[in-house]
Amino acid sequence: MIEILFKLLEILLIIALLIPIAAMLVWVERRMIGIWQNRLGPNRVGPLGILQSVADLLKILGKEDWVPPFSERTVFVLAPVIGAVCVLMSFAVMPFSPTIGVSDLNIGLLFFLAMASLAVYSVVLAGWASNSKYALLGGMRAAAQTVSYEVFMGLSVMGVVLLTGSFNLREIVLAQQEGWLIETQFVGFIIFLIAGIAESHRLPFDLPEAETELTAGFHTEYSGLKFALFFLGEYLGVTLISAMSVVLFFGGWLMPEPLASWLPPLVWFILKVFFFVLFFILLRTSLPRPRFDQLLSFGWKYMLPLALLNLLVTAALKLGGVIYA
Amino acid sequence: MPSSNNKSGAFALALDMFFSQLRTMGLVLKQTFVKADTVEYPEQKPYLAPRYRGRIVLTRDPDGEERCVGCNLCAAACPVDCIALQQTIDDDGRKRADFFRINFSRCILCGFCEEACPTYAIQLTPDVELAEYDRKNLVYEKQHLLIKGVGKYPDYSFYRYSGVELDINGQHKAKGQAKNEKPPVDIKGLMP
Repeated sequence: MIEILFKLLEILLIIALLIPIAAMLVWVERRMIGIWQNRLGPNRVGPLGILQSVADLLKILGKEDWVPPFSERTVFVLAPVIGAVCVLMSFAVMPFSPTIGVSDLNIGLLFFLAMASLAVYSVVLAGWASNSKYALLGGMRAAAQTVSYEVFMGLSVMGVVLLTGSFNLREIVLAQQEGWLIETQFVGFIIFLIAGIAESHRLPFDLPEAETELTAGFHTEYSGLKFALFFLGEYLGVTLISAMSVVLFFGGWLMPEPLASWLPPLVWFILKVFFFVLFFILLRTSLPRPRFDQLLSFGWKYMLPLALLNLLVTAALKLGGVIYA
Repeated sequence: MPSSNNKSGAFALALDMFFSQLRTMGLVLKQTFVKADTVEYPEQKPYLAPRYRGRIVLTRDPDGEERCVGCNLCAAACPVDCIALQQTIDDDGRKRADFFRINFSRCILCGFCEEACPTYAIQLTPDVELAEYDRKNLVYEKQHLLIKGVGKYPDYSFYRYSGVELDINGQHKAKGQAKNEKPPVDIKGLMP
């Protein structure tokens, strides 16, 4: 009984930390984009502008939460909730440190892939329920993009599964004690990262919400709290893909020995995730958005064969005894 | 864009695209160490040139008298009709503005009034902080517009430069030769 209570407390604590982190990311992103564009970014609210997210949140909560009369009401309200919940669910299988982590699911990696696939329903349903042409186009693009990129996202992590022999994320991390999987799975990592960007529809693959062509894409008709939920889902998605990259390819909380004793494992994990979040922001600042057909042909013509080739070579090398986990 | 008909061409193109993206990211990352161009306005004022067209003032001549003679040329030149004034003749025979009103909520700070003014009375200054909470506070009356100084033209006094030709007692006097007068301004000269 007491164990269940502790588990519930842990879940609540993780959620209570993740949501403010996602909110802070908005500020981090705006500051970093500012720095990279030779500006300062928001620096007025609180020290260094750190309370900007609070101001943004208060503002967005003060807005009218409008449901368009032409929309499919139930689905319209449900869509942003699905998005945020699916991304939050993925964190259930995430091993944050040797002791922290909600569940050691044996099929943790598959669970993550399943939740990433379910998250697309949020976007598609939002696009459909809005009953507006921009939202519908955004939802359609999201469906095509996610279906295409999901295929080789799954294939790219199979190399990791092959080498560690497990779908359990904690065991995958523990299998990297001798050396991180990035050493042998570099191509797999690049493919996973590209698919992850497409999956969390961030720039340069933000075609579902491409504001220059589709006003705001699938969330054109959303406002107030429901819009905030979409926003939360997006930034949690960035954190999730970063954390997943760290767990699968960069040894999770593990560090080589002289460094490992300096800081606790959880701090190392957070630092690594933060590095990838910064990388995501750098991508957003520097790269332009491809055309929609370019995005799809890039996925199917280059990334999918590359992922298959990576899997094949990994399998061959493992069989030949050249590489181990 | 190179042709991608043969297979090696397609591969080279893909590689080229990949490194092009990496280079772009590298160039952006380099900007981390470049100082921001931002001028943090309320604390740090940007430089405004002396001839910047900002808030409008009415200046006085070196003797401390009002330069404005209420000729209405500024009001006529004003493209948005934000200037209103009335001429009056004082007891000393000098023409002045009875009232002089500029509505800064209309004013576009074009400087046409300054160009039209024959006495250099109306001048634009490098002050742009005109914001008010109440719109009616943007209507400036003569006492708000009039300053103590001479503005951009320190020794200019209209009455000294603009004498008239006279024939008094058979004696001829050209423009600017009478007592307290200066020779007329060379209007073809470029210097202010």
